[in-house]
Amino acid sequence: MSRAQASCPGCGAPIGFRFSQAVQTTCEYCKAIVVRHDVNLERVGQAADVPMDGSPIQIGTEGQYRNKNFIVLGRIVYEYEAGRWNEWHLVFSDGTSGWLSDALLEYAVSFLVQTRAPLPPAQKLNPMTPVQFPDVSPETYLAGVRTNANYVTVQGELPFEYWDKTKCFFVDLRTFGRGFGTLDYTENPPLLFLGETVEFEELKLRNTRIFEGWS
Amino acid sequence: MGMPPTVVRPQVRTLDCPNCGGAVQLKGYAQTVNAVCIQCLSILDATNPNLRVLQQFKKKQRFQPVIPLGTRGKLQGVQWEAIGFQVRQIVVEGEAFRWTEYLLFNPYKGYRYLSEYEGHWNFIRVLPCLVERQMDGVRPTAHFGGKKFAHFQNSNPESIFVMGEFPWQVRVGDKVKLNDFVSPPLMLSVEETKDESIWSEGVYTKPEEIWAAFDLKKVHGDAPAPKGVFSNQPSPHASKPGSSWKLFALFLLLFIVTGIAIGMFTQNKSVFKRTFAFTEGVQTETSFVTPVFQLGGGSQNVEVEVNASLQNDWIFVGMALINDETGQAYDFGKELSFYSGYDDGYWTEGNTNDSVTIPDVPAGRYYLRIEPTMKDDSAAAAATGSTVQMKTRQANYTIEVKRGVPSFGFLWLAGFLLIIPPIVNTIRYFSFENTRWAESDYGGFVTSGDSDE
Repeated sequence: MSRAQASCPGCGAPIGFRFSQAVQTTCEYCKAIVVRHDVNLERVGQAADVPMDGSPIQIGTEGQYRNKNFIVLGRIVYEYEAGRWNEWHLVFSDGTSGWLSDALLEYAVSFLVQTRAPLPPAQKLNPMTPVQFPDVSPETYLAGVRTNANYVTVQGELPFEYWDKTKCFFVDLRTFGRGFGTLDYTENPPLLFLGETVEFEELKLRNTRIFEGWS
Repeated sequence: MGMPPTVVRPQVRTLDCPNCGGAVQLKGYAQTVNAVCIQCLSILDATNPNLRVLQQFKKKQRFQPVIPLGTRGKLQGVQWEAIGFQVRQIVVEGEAFRWTEYLLFNPYKGYRYLSEYEGHWNFIRVLPCLVERQMDGVRPTAHFGGKKFAHFQNSNPESIFVMGEFPWQVRVGDKVKLNDFVSPPLMLSVEETKDESIWSEGVYTKPEEIWAAFDLKKVHGDAPAPKGVFSNQPSPHASKPGSSWKLFALFLLLFIVTGIAIGMFTQNKSVFKRTFAFTEGVQTETSFVTPVFQLGGGSQNVEVEVNASLQNDWIFVGMALINDETGQAYDFGKELSFYSGYDDGYWTEGNTNDSVTIPDVPAGRYYLRIEPTMKDDSAAAAATGSTVQMKTRQANYTIEVKRGVPSFGFLWLAGFLLIIPPIVNTIRYFSFENTRWAESDYGGFVTSGDSDE
């Protein structure tokens, strides 16, 4: 992982990219959202403060998924009626990107997938409606919770430009096993993420946050 | 340049209740959405910096959690802190049933629950998946982890008391639609709203384990014994009566093998056999002795069989087996009687043969002293007014002496004794299951839903 060194167009502080394909990052000092165009950095906005957070994960947390090492380099924070959750951007040792969602300390790892299967419109996804993406997964997914969420903020390196969002809409996909997915209808066409739910222990996380009195 | 990055450590927060001014401690970090003031029981919005009051009560019955909130305990190798408590209630035919639920928290591993009803505890986790439901006859089943769960109950529990803090919205009066499925010691529960089904899995946990985990002995003394039978309580009478029957079948096989072995290794040898004729009143000296015969082997049993040709008559044969060398005698006798006739059909009564077994007779040279009689007691003769006495009474009888006769009697006795446990087990098993299922929506034990896949 190269660490391209540059200066924040907002405050001049050093900005490093640890993920060669990162498109966007935030300045650790002034919270400017910076987008990379070839070698130039453009300040496109200002990230809101990350709200007080109970997640054990932080930028720099390392772990393992399916025997591949990853490091957490960025996140998107959303809020919905029952609270907030994080989508942590994972960069794997082979340079690929993934996502670790952490909602009320329930964890799932997923990947953005391109499917040729038509993505059903959100209004057709009543609870328990089966959905299949035969070219990318053998699973039958069942539509679950529909979540109207607000984008709160971003932090760190992301594989795409993501800022200045407001309302977001997601439909969870569930299975009878660990299979898990999300359809992000905020984008058009919608984005499909597929993966599985994981137990905290399985991720073998290092450099997590410290909770006083807990180990 | 702006502010340098700082590491913010998650903190336990203490805030003031806007209703009564009491201190409200938040130990569930930023996930906590609702918290209950321990003094006035107001439900507060923990995401609001000023702890806005969401629900408050003028007068409220208090319930005391058995596990004091803030207590930590290790269950299945992970440390959990009890941070929330609620009492839930269902009303069945006018009768209220209440149970308590504890919310357990670990900042890394998330949340678990403990439920308690009449001393029965379950350790519960929310499942990160859906669970397949089917119908088994009239009863729904759920399938998870290779096990079939039988539907137990459909209910609409209401929260009647909350305390502590929760990572979601809680209100007293909240109702959920709940369905329970059991496969002891496990229970699957599904809480349904119009949008989603949340499945959870409970493991029946002995009160002693809860007491040990949260060190409750110093608070409450010993754990109280659970009352009655709980829906997913494992049966103490073996998981299925089948296993005790299997054991019995194994013993039965062993008996058959033993029986064959006894048959093979005992002598069962005829050492003396002779037929005698007897006429009542003819012989003056009715007692006589047989020639000497040899009883071989060590100390084995001896069977003496008497067979008489009788027709509407009886004979008593008094005998003694006497050791020719030591004079030791075994006295015994046999009465044989046989009657037959034709009234409303042919009938018979009695037997023309019988035998006596003498156990543990040492080897040696023996003879029999025999004293037959067919003489009625005068009293008996008068009572029966029998005419039999008038004619000459005579009979032929055969005496056979066998050495080392196989005896299967003890096997029958052992078999009888050994069949008792599986029968008792079966009765107990069904009785336990009946008690379990009596509380269900089905009111009794239905066997079809009771098998693993």
